[in-house]
Amino acid sequence: MTVPQILYVSAFLLILIGLYSMITQRNMIRMIIGLNIADLGVNLFLVTIGYVDKGSAPIFRADAAAGTMVDPVPQALVLTSIVIGFGVTALALTLVMRLFVTHGSIDTARIRGLKW
Amino acid sequence: MRKLIGILLIGGFAFYLVTVGMGLFTPESSSELNSIGSEIISTSPDLSGAANTVTAVVVQYRGFDTLGEVTVLFVSALGVGMFAAAIKDGLLKDLFDDDGGFVLQAGSLALLPFIALVGLYIIFHGHLSPGGGFPGGVIIATAVFVVILTSRTLNIPGGLINLLETLAGLSFLAIGFVGLYSPAQSFLANILPKGEFGTLLSAGFIPVIYAIVAVKVASELINIIAKLTAAGSASEEAAE
Repeated sequence: MTVPQILYVSAFLLILIGLYSMITQRNMIRMIIGLNIADLGVNLFLVTIGYVDKGSAPIFRADAAAGTMVDPVPQALVLTSIVIGFGVTALALTLVMRLFVTHGSIDTARIRGLKW
Repeated sequence: MRKLIGILLIGGFAFYLVTVGMGLFTPESSSELNSIGSEIISTSPDLSGAANTVTAVVVQYRGFDTLGEVTVLFVSALGVGMFAAAIKDGLLKDLFDDDGGFVLQAGSLALLPFIALVGLYIIFHGHLSPGGGFPGGVIIATAVFVVILTSRTLNIPGGLINLLETLAGLSFLAIGFVGLYSPAQSFLANILPKGEFGTLLSAGFIPVIYAIVAVKVASELINIIAKLTAAGSASEEAAE
């Protein structure tokens, strides 16, 4: 296996681990942790898209020779993705705080009206 | 149910492994860049003057997206403030009952200027090295968060922070409109002189925009942290 293939498989594995915990866990904090793990998987996937063999970071330096650089566009996208992920996590945690205050539990099975 | 989901996900992973092994869904070779990436790398030193190409993409090529990104962060902070304001239960009462102790409280205050200094360094070298407004702003907010973690009552001036946030957002827009009415005639056009490539005073408006972004990110994060901890300890203060 080549390096990008290993990274693609790892990213897919991270997304699946996140999905599994989002679906099966009943504790909402663990669901949010699962969401974050899936988020990391997506970020890893995006960075891997820009992979170039023996590529350096896309920063120009005076001393370094102008070799091949990795793609800067996915890295900029990941910067956006991290910030959005932070916003989503903060909002989700606040909602869990609200739920704990109003229902006295963060277990989805114990909160009435959330069963399906 | 849990087993079924596990089997489904493992099956999906096995399928993906097989397809990757066969060479599907992955690029055939990764020895060269695709057209957009190579074009941006070749044009960015002249167009933006930033040594860090990722920064050039974030501020110069996709500056409008960065404005939207900052807006998303603002809306998220707004939502956190809205929901946290309605919480009157002492959720974090244990945390606030448990005093951090003198050593931790004094140590966190001593650490604050150094953490803020690292944040400032990262902000102002965003166009030269990895970093920039977003990570730098987060690091500055971390300095305040460390102090709050030691349960020292910190009087954060909410009005000042809101004012800083508003000013940062408005000046971002103002720089955008200056570009619109300049000879370049495009929103967020880089009209400032580029300076010498690879030095601190280079890349035109990129350090300015990143400083504004850092102020906005830091003030929003401090706002979120302050509101969440205030919501957790609200009833305790009311009881006293």
